[in-house]
Amino acid sequence: MSYVQNTAEQQAAMLASIGVDCIEALFAPIPSELRLKRLLDIPAAMSEIELTRHMTALASRNRNASDSVCFLGGGAYDHFIPAVVDAICSRSEYYTAYTPYQAEASQGSLQAFFEFQTLICQLTGMEVANASLYEGGTSVTEAVLMAAGVTGRHGRVIVAESVHPDYRSTLKTYLANLEPKVTEVPTPEGFANPDDIRKVLDDQTSCVVLQHPNFFGCLEEVEEVAKLCHAVGALLVVSFDPISLGILKKPGDYGADIAVAEGQGLGNPLNYGGPYLGLLACREAYVRKIPGRVVGQTTDRLGRRTYALTLQTREQHIRREKATSNICTNQGLMALKAAVHLTALGPSGLRETAHLCLNKAHYAVAQIETMTDMRRRFNRPFFKEFTLQSSVPVHSLLEHARDDGYLAGLALARWYEGLEDCFSVTVTEKRTRSEIDGLARSLQSAVRHGVRAVMA
Amino acid sequence: MEKNQSTALIFELSRSGRRCARLPVSDVPDAVVTIPQRFMADAPPALPELGELDVVRHFVNLSTKNMSIDTNFYPLGSCTMKYNPKRHERLAALAGLADVHPLQDDETCQGILGLLYEMQSYLAEIAGLHGVSLQPAAGAQGELTALLVASAYFKDKGQKRTRVLIPDSAHGTNPASAAIAGFDAVQIKSQGGYVDLEDLKAKLDDRTAVFMITNPNTLGLFEKQIATITKLVHEAGGLVYLDGANMNAILGITRPGDFGADMMHYNVHKTFTGPHGAGGPGSGPIAVRDMLIPYLPSPLVVRQGDRYTLDEDRPQSIGRVRSFFGNVGILIRGYCYIRTLGPSGLREVSDQAVLNANYLLSRLKDQFEVPQGDRCMHEFVASCRTLRREKNISAMEIAKRLLDFGYHAPTVYFPLVVPEALMIEPTETENKETLDAFADTLIKIKGEDAAFLKEAPHTLSRSRPDEVKAAKEPILRWKPA
Ligand SMILES: Cc1ncc(COP(=O)(O)O)c(C=O)c1O
Repeated sequence: MSYVQNTAEQQAAMLASIGVDCIEALFAPIPSELRLKRLLDIPAAMSEIELTRHMTALASRNRNASDSVCFLGGGAYDHFIPAVVDAICSRSEYYTAYTPYQAEASQGSLQAFFEFQTLICQLTGMEVANASLYEGGTSVTEAVLMAAGVTGRHGRVIVAESVHPDYRSTLKTYLANLEPKVTEVPTPEGFANPDDIRKVLDDQTSCVVLQHPNFFGCLEEVEEVAKLCHAVGALLVVSFDPISLGILKKPGDYGADIAVAEGQGLGNPLNYGGPYLGLLACREAYVRKIPGRVVGQTTDRLGRRTYALTLQTREQHIRREKATSNICTNQGLMALKAAVHLTALGPSGLRETAHLCLNKAHYAVAQIETMTDMRRRFNRPFFKEFTLQSSVPVHSLLEHARDDGYLAGLALARWYEGLEDCFSVTVTEKRTRSEIDGLARSLQSAVRHGVRAVMA
Repeated sequence: MEKNQSTALIFELSRSGRRCARLPVSDVPDAVVTIPQRFMADAPPALPELGELDVVRHFVNLSTKNMSIDTNFYPLGSCTMKYNPKRHERLAALAGLADVHPLQDDETCQGILGLLYEMQSYLAEIAGLHGVSLQPAAGAQGELTALLVASAYFKDKGQKRTRVLIPDSAHGTNPASAAIAGFDAVQIKSQGGYVDLEDLKAKLDDRTAVFMITNPNTLGLFEKQIATITKLVHEAGGLVYLDGANMNAILGITRPGDFGADMMHYNVHKTFTGPHGAGGPGSGPIAVRDMLIPYLPSPLVVRQGDRYTLDEDRPQSIGRVRSFFGNVGILIRGYCYIRTLGPSGLREVSDQAVLNANYLLSRLKDQFEVPQGDRCMHEFVASCRTLRREKNISAMEIAKRLLDFGYHAPTVYFPLVVPEALMIEPTETENKETLDAFADTLIKIKGEDAAFLKEAPHTLSRSRPDEVKAAKEPILRWKPA
């Protein structure tokens, strides 16, 4: 393939205008000893037909949420995406534009991002939101860096072990050479016990990080922890599940100071982990410490309502090493998808979605507990995800279910010592009662199978 | 047509009781009662309520208020706004790619893992380096990741190196990334568009961890002293980082590893044509020399026989820089691009990108001041300094007026080392007619009246937003009246 349009005659005319006789001459500034004197060692070009065949073959070697029944979660969810989301976001006026530096030529995206920021504020009950970060893990990290800036405390950061393991490791990677040190609070009961947080919380602590619902699916005592934080002048950073806010109390209403999230569930497919959407919302008072792009409303020369990137003196292109963050390219298209998604759902749709998740997850656990000897590992309220303890080796259990057509759950052994016999199951609004019954039957037969195997 | 369209916000279009998406009726018992009241909201969030047609009409109409590659020439320097092939969009949306969960077992996603493994090896080959991490979400995160890799490497060697040296022409993300990685960012002067060797020598010492260089640099020049520079940095015990934002100029022509870089990032959303999505997503893979591979973020895709697996068992790794694998959807598009172009096609990209830029430069160099001379690589930076002094026409005036003629503006006021900068990158996918028309327009604008230009654009739906007001009294969300 080639996307070059200039004809041979045009190229000749262009070279003449430049005043050289071949393209090669334009590369004269590159010393010849540094030149690659062969072709790159990559496969030969394919046509569209060949590429399509090749990609289709690759795709056919992946199980996925369309050909299997997906009960996987852990920060990436098989939620419903209304057709309007894809139809709108595949408008190339949106997806082939760059960051809206020239406001007059980008009012479409700018207004959409202003609407996105507003929607995120409405969703979270927070006062301001930015125009997106990379994904859930860096959003937690940016919030922690921001909390240090807001509080002026560069000592301790308290993080519950029930926060997504990837988010925690991202945070530790970023903090490797910075002052704040992470204190992790164990969560043996499936949530961060406020008493355990109190023990490590002090007036050097910049923030406490919780995820609610957490990685095990359990709800955290966010309100109580917020009070503990505020008593010592620390901030509460909460990583929330946007869909859960159809029924759960908003971060702004339970005292969160910075609310962040993985926003993938708002209109973005699973995509094997990305591109996803980092959300960050906070109190108005912190607005000059916020990371990333922010769109503001202003007026133009003729007094008309206009949108533009604003508060840019926080950003790397102006502040360089003193910027609030190094982020430049963000996840604009994903923010647009989220905006369309939240608009398409509206309050009733979001509430119904959350209800369906909650009800189906609770139905699933009841079915599984009825049909097998497996039990919930934690005695905590949960939303759409729950952790089960298996009586047979988790790996073979999940493999068995997979052969039956179910992506049944996530083995927790790779992340948590002591949970080697546990796995988590997620049930979204897309799952039907008969799919859930099928999963329970599959697990039931796996358990029987496993019991037979052990006895044999 | 645009003038008649509503500019109302979705919130202003909302009417209580309207619906767009519908969910199925529940087929299971109600479980809400099981959740303690203290966790529950009294009411769902006050999101807008619209019918489906109004949702579609609103966002489709908004889209027409954008310039984009598909509708306009978009010569935004440093951003490589080339055509984004439609076949990539279709293929990346295949269910067997788009609907794969990131935590599926490796056995269930051999297709994707194979693709990512190949992508690692293509990017290593194009870089002339040895190991690749596909994890970073964008260029800036690639920079940070590589600097953390360097820091871990020096820590292991028992060396305490605290500084990262960065030319004054560098992109702002370079120093910002250095700061998060815990280094002091030290600025190196430019001299005639190139690194000032004397300044570099003066600042290089055993505190230097990394020298970050953009090559071709942000002026569109190939750093002719690159071999000397990398030698100097290596002699001081430091590592060389290449900001790969400008790889579009050198694909298959010279390789960063061959000119002495030890680490680099790619912007897949520039060079390998991931659509930029009005801000993102990007993908910023890094490539490194072999001694740095152990420190790369985990996981990497490895191949054992004919099976691909994610290798997480890498004790010296810096850890993760994000959740899950990376911006796979963008990597898939980049993969499609590399596979459809092949080795000759990639080489042709750079040939033609450099030809187009030089042609445009040849058309403009007698009309505009171009401090760095009459040759460039894939982009060049014109200066409106004299124009401003003599006719009171600034780079911003030119940029805004171009919009009236249906051209997106070049990058303005960057790099910082050129006063009144207009940074122009046409890319290889534009044709001569477009370049000619663009050059004619720039020349015409230059002759226009300054007062008239100060009020440009004249034909778009908005003109000259008050940015001072926006920043002074920030309105960052809609509120009910
Ligand atoms: C020269 C240069 N370096 C670094 C970056 C940062 O890359 P990204 O926006 O992908 O984070 C950019 C792009 O904006 C750039 O032009």
